[in-house]
Amino acid sequence: MAHDSAHLDSPPVSFDTSPDRYHHWKLAVDGAVATLTLQVDRDSPLRPGYELKMNSYDLGVDIELADAIRRLRFENPQVRAVVVTGGVPKMFCAGANIKMLAGSAHAFKVNFCKFTNETRCEIEDATDHSNQRFIAALNGTAAGGGYELAESCAEIYLIDDGFSAVSLPEVPLLGVLPGTGGLTRLVDKRKVRRDVADLFCTKAEGFRLRDALKMKLVDGGWPKSKWDQAIADRAQKIVADGGGNQGEQGIALPSLKHTQTREGEVETLKGTYVSLQIFHDKRWCELTILGPESAAPASAAELHAQGAAAWAFQAYRELDAALLDLRFNFPKIGLILLKTKGSVEAVLAHDAAITQLRADGFWLAREIQLFQSRVLRRLDNMSRSMFALIEPGSCFAGTLLEIAWCADRAYMLDDPDGQNAIALGHVHAGTHAAHNGMTRLQIRLYGDPQGLTTVAAKTGAVDAQTAEKLGLITRAPDDIDWDDEVRLAIEERVSFSPDALTGMEQNLRFAGPENCDTKLFGRLTAWQNWIFQRPNAVGERGALPMYGHPQAPVFDWNRT
Amino acid sequence: MSGIDYESKIPNNVNLTDDRRLQRALEHWQPRYLQWWQEMGPDGIQEKDVYLRTAISADKDGWAHFDYVKMPDYRWGIFLSERDPERKVNFGDHMGQPAWQEVPGEYRNTLRRIIVTQGDTEPASVEQQRQLWKTAPSLYDMRNVCQVNVEEGRHLWAMVYLLHSYFGAEGRDEAEELLARRSGDADKPRILDAFNQPCNDWLSFYCFTMFADRDGKFQLHSLSESGFDPLSRTAKFMLTEEAHHMFVGDTGLERVLRRSAQLTLADPSGDARAQGGIDLNTVQKFINFWFSYCLDLFGSEISSNAADFFAAGLKGRFMEEKNYTEHTALGQEKLVTLWKDGKFVDESVALRNAMNEVLRDDYIDDCVNAVRRWSKAVKDEGVDFEVTLPSRRFHRHQGIYSGAQFDPQGNPISEAEFAAKAADWLPTEDDKAYLRSIMQGVYEPGKVANWIAPPRRGINGQEFTYEYVKL
Repeated sequence: MAHDSAHLDSPPVSFDTSPDRYHHWKLAVDGAVATLTLQVDRDSPLRPGYELKMNSYDLGVDIELADAIRRLRFENPQVRAVVVTGGVPKMFCAGANIKMLAGSAHAFKVNFCKFTNETRCEIEDATDHSNQRFIAALNGTAAGGGYELAESCAEIYLIDDGFSAVSLPEVPLLGVLPGTGGLTRLVDKRKVRRDVADLFCTKAEGFRLRDALKMKLVDGGWPKSKWDQAIADRAQKIVADGGGNQGEQGIALPSLKHTQTREGEVETLKGTYVSLQIFHDKRWCELTILGPESAAPASAAELHAQGAAAWAFQAYRELDAALLDLRFNFPKIGLILLKTKGSVEAVLAHDAAITQLRADGFWLAREIQLFQSRVLRRLDNMSRSMFALIEPGSCFAGTLLEIAWCADRAYMLDDPDGQNAIALGHVHAGTHAAHNGMTRLQIRLYGDPQGLTTVAAKTGAVDAQTAEKLGLITRAPDDIDWDDEVRLAIEERVSFSPDALTGMEQNLRFAGPENCDTKLFGRLTAWQNWIFQRPNAVGERGALPMYGHPQAPVFDWNRT
Repeated sequence: MSGIDYESKIPNNVNLTDDRRLQRALEHWQPRYLQWWQEMGPDGIQEKDVYLRTAISADKDGWAHFDYVKMPDYRWGIFLSERDPERKVNFGDHMGQPAWQEVPGEYRNTLRRIIVTQGDTEPASVEQQRQLWKTAPSLYDMRNVCQVNVEEGRHLWAMVYLLHSYFGAEGRDEAEELLARRSGDADKPRILDAFNQPCNDWLSFYCFTMFADRDGKFQLHSLSESGFDPLSRTAKFMLTEEAHHMFVGDTGLERVLRRSAQLTLADPSGDARAQGGIDLNTVQKFINFWFSYCLDLFGSEISSNAADFFAAGLKGRFMEEKNYTEHTALGQEKLVTLWKDGKFVDESVALRNAMNEVLRDDYIDDCVNAVRRWSKAVKDEGVDFEVTLPSRRFHRHQGIYSGAQFDPQGNPISEAEFAAKAADWLPTEDDKAYLRSIMQGVYEPGKVANWIAPPRRGINGQEFTYEYVKL
């Protein structure tokens, strides 16, 4: 198999699924109410070696969840309320499977957590921007990742049956953190007082309804006899508050197709708009996005008819798939060279058309832009170095220029006839916020408010020298220097410590203030990743390998 | 601070008069307990005099004081067995350290869960059995169900004593919850499934006291090994009372079986039901049902909780100190037969993780002995019938066999095969309806219902004809 996985003996991870192929979730849509039921098939883990007991999850379970959330937005846009509930008795969800975690390579664990975090952010994104309010209907215990999933919903209800509880038992039981947003969302989103949160996070068995309600860990609850009706009533209320079912017609999300070939050290994955060329021996890759070839959709009907084939959507879907492929199946590829090909005018025209249709209130245009934003944030979160290479024939304009600004550096050829250009569009003004809520332009020009004002007033093509002057790119070598400068930058980059680079890049990419999301990916994830490396968690007698084993863990008591 | 005269109301050997923390907790809890008892205890017999045994002290003479008592006036006391000041933690990772007199912080939650789970079964069984006295086959049996009930009540007190004394505010909350859950209630069921099953006929009652209380015996034995000394001493004292409950079940089933054999012989076509009795097959079906349900109570065959409890020194094996020489249970394995992908697979499990199964083995051995005696009793009456225990794989709802179906011999069968034979193996609604039809209360001293043999002897040296309950 031609891939470079963290698990050399296992097949590559595929993110392609659909409800008829789900093993673990049931998606039922009834008008404006959707119900997502978690009923994990214990015998269908993503990789062999563990059973998915007690409705615990692995990456395979979360891939289905991410798929369901995405389909709800595109295939069922009329849905206003999404009930997330459990399908096995007494246990809503026991969180991430511990045996899976204990048996996974570090890189896999980190990427697993990052993906699950992104999925939970997508749930919040749907609630905040797509008028799809998620409610967690905890009809059994929600432990660890189970409660974290609930936290990503807008409302949490817990059954009052005398034993079902919410808990974050990671610290007392496993010696790690509730790392899928658990800690951050407690104090930042649900605004649980910090000392109350401290009590909660250290009591392995958690709290049942009465106390959970007092501590603001849940928003309500009912006994079993009233449960189904109460949840149904709440969902209907949300539908009514959300303006009811407006009869939006969804579009289908077919599987993406790409070819995959390998010649020697070079592997090529080619989709319609996105191709990935992997240079295995050099540990870098080229990711090329083709701009639109046909005219921008002129009406809502036309965009709807194009559906998943609309350039603005399909190109970003393919980009999203390529990024996940890189994360899980090509862990050694340390540097992504971002390229584009096409016409800057065409990209700007498509951006403008989508923006206009969104302003006119067309849901699909809104969803496409929200989706683009999420893919851009996934790009921000890549633990790979990224250089944008802006050459003649490229189309770094509007939404594609945002990609260059996700990169750690942007090199732009200063060609002798001045044809090489990027183009500023209107989307930089706030359409695509980064995780910290700022635009990438604001982040980029954080120390130059005046420059920001100048750039904000500009639209259209910008040549290399102007772009460099305005701070929109990193370097603009001329045609004599270009090859050498780019080559040296690449070779130098892939020679540095990958750990140091990841840390450095994540610290430099997000200038400006923090918010819940940035803390989650920065503070929480970073600490979790550190703990995941420590002997207290993963050593021979660490808490993770000892979990479920006959001996207690042995800790090094030194505080670091 | 008190409106309660502790010494006379609550016999105890825990120095209640001087323990302000315990007094405060009980002051709040005791009235609620009494209210619960009125609501959920034996229904309609609370004002009658019953010949009951009361523990009034922990020494040899005091634990079995017999007299007529109205149940709400029963003196539910708090007793621990004698303390051994030299006692050590005798197994697990803390072996050799002095036994804990206070709860170690790191095990507080775990211990509380163990105690709450044990404690929850006590009021549950009272709730399950509250109508039973009305259909008692004799005053002797009526008195026994009342005795069992008041002692289950006392066992609840014993667990509440531990919660109140050692677990602070959380312990007080849990003690309240023990009175709030209700057996079989859809909204607030008891924690363990077997304690939510209805127990409204006497055959079920005998099976319950035989099999479920015997689970209690083994759980209490393993807790009596605990490194947490107050739990150990509490469990030891409870065992003395639990023995009577098992006696009621064991001899009750034997009496039913003997009478069934007699009626089988008496009937021209060998049909005990035609004689107003219970046929041997029906008794066997009830045994199958309750034995299998009670096997579930021991928990999963492979269990990290069980390993943790043992490692921490909280819950040992049956007769850990006496029967074992090696007490770390490390570097040892136990073979467990799994049912995987349509075949049996023997898997070596780290011994500590298999502790539930180790305890279940001891339990099954204990049950086998009783069944052997019953078979002999039936044969002594002249009927060739072998009472059996079903395989541990049969009719399970927890653990490694719960996903599949097995016949009573333990052979794998399909869902359809199981469904086709279920009525031969497990009690049907018709069986239960039949039992209800023949179980009319017998309230005259010395008389006994037709479907059961009288006991071989009475209570506390009294005759069977003694007026055990003054109705």
